[in-house]
Amino acid sequence: MGLLSKKDTRLILDPLTDDNPITIQVLGICSALAITAQLKPSIVMAVSVIFVLGLGNVVISLMRNIIPSKIRIIVQLIVVATLVIIVDQVLKAFAYELSKELSVFIGLIITNCIIMGRFEAFALGNGPWKSFLDGVGNALGYGVILIIVGFFRELLGSGTLFGVKVLGDSVEKTGLYAIGYENNGFMVLPPMALIVVGIIIWVQRSRNSALIEEN
Amino acid sequence: MAVNKDKNSYTMIFAVIMVLVVGTLLAGFSSGLKPTIKANEKFEKQQNILYAMGVNNNTGAGDVAFIPTDRVADAFKTYIKEQLVIEGETASKNDKAYLIDVKKEGTKAKKDGYQRKLPLFIGEKQGKELYIMPVRGKGLWDAIWGFIAVDKTMTVQGVYFDHKGETPGLGAEIKQRYFMDDFIGEKLLDGANFKGIKVAKGNNDPKNMIKDDYEVDALAGATITGDGVSAMLKKDIAMYVPYFKSINN
Repeated sequence: MGLLSKKDTRLILDPLTDDNPITIQVLGICSALAITAQLKPSIVMAVSVIFVLGLGNVVISLMRNIIPSKIRIIVQLIVVATLVIIVDQVLKAFAYELSKELSVFIGLIITNCIIMGRFEAFALGNGPWKSFLDGVGNALGYGVILIIVGFFRELLGSGTLFGVKVLGDSVEKTGLYAIGYENNGFMVLPPMALIVVGIIIWVQRSRNSALIEEN
Repeated sequence: MAVNKDKNSYTMIFAVIMVLVVGTLLAGFSSGLKPTIKANEKFEKQQNILYAMGVNNNTGAGDVAFIPTDRVADAFKTYIKEQLVIEGETASKNDKAYLIDVKKEGTKAKKDGYQRKLPLFIGEKQGKELYIMPVRGKGLWDAIWGFIAVDKTMTVQGVYFDHKGETPGLGAEIKQRYFMDDFIGEKLLDGANFKGIKVAKGNNDPKNMIKDDYEVDALAGATITGDGVSAMLKKDIAMYVPYFKSINN
């Protein structure tokens, strides 16, 4: 018997694949489009969401029996907003460069539908430990997609990974650029993120036919 | 203890307690971290000023590397010989000149009768005297700003640009080396007339070999950001021209 029971493991693993918040539930798309032009901000965003959703789910779950149902949405909003402000301040104090890069998008975690969705659908009806796992699982599922999209957009759009020129220098025409390769400028624009997400959904569905709805 | 959670009074009390708890928590966090954040902002400004005058940690071709945060305060003392605040005709020394908020000064200057305070940093690198001026303007989405280092004849020796929210890959490229380095060697003055530097499209000089055409090559797909850079250089540096005329006479 490991640390996690079978049921608990599913809470973490399901959102990574067959119940992914982005590709299956199609939530949190807006931030997935906005910040994935490069790999590094995608990773920081993923870590921030793991913190906010994991802790937020625990807080909501602990308070689930005392929250008045009439104002529960506002209470959830306050919890997210509080955690997000803390993340923002900590980044500003200890990772100033990065916080500048992510600028407004950390604040926009508040509007990420995945977070309110998990509070409402899971944390209000389950205990703290389960809620924590569910929160971390869903945030991981979100983060994995962000990182995949960020990887392809930075590689194909700017020819770099983490800012390192992996394909050669586009100005001095070295590496791949010497034989006529060009960066795809479209990849740095948000609409291409949508297309990358679309391709991920396509691949995922063609591998698992259970995901396809019957008409 | 059975509490009726549907009663309005319960909701009210819950809301009040929640707000108090959250308010205290955030206020604590904010005041606890404020000194660190303020210090970061100060260091960043020093790093930017030093970068403009060519004091940096650049190694590779495309690098934009500042002097590390823990050493920047010392480097700033070493390289910046004098900090001036120019108010109209007079220029006075002020060691806190780099803390002047260029944005606030710009807003205040729109009101009548306000004498705008213009910070100017005089640095020395390898025996060469450099004058560094802050500039600030508008890009496509939000503010853009920077520092321009010139010599006595107002020939650009280095620049640093930054932005708040320009499009990554397009307008955001103004903080890349290949754009900033194009400015080095460009002149701002045509004889005695101030001309500025234009970020120009299709100027037949993409490699930027001609250094006295008052133009640098624009970034593809970032016309409005580029125009913003031209405008900010023209407007903000023009204010310093009288000072340069006075020291050259």
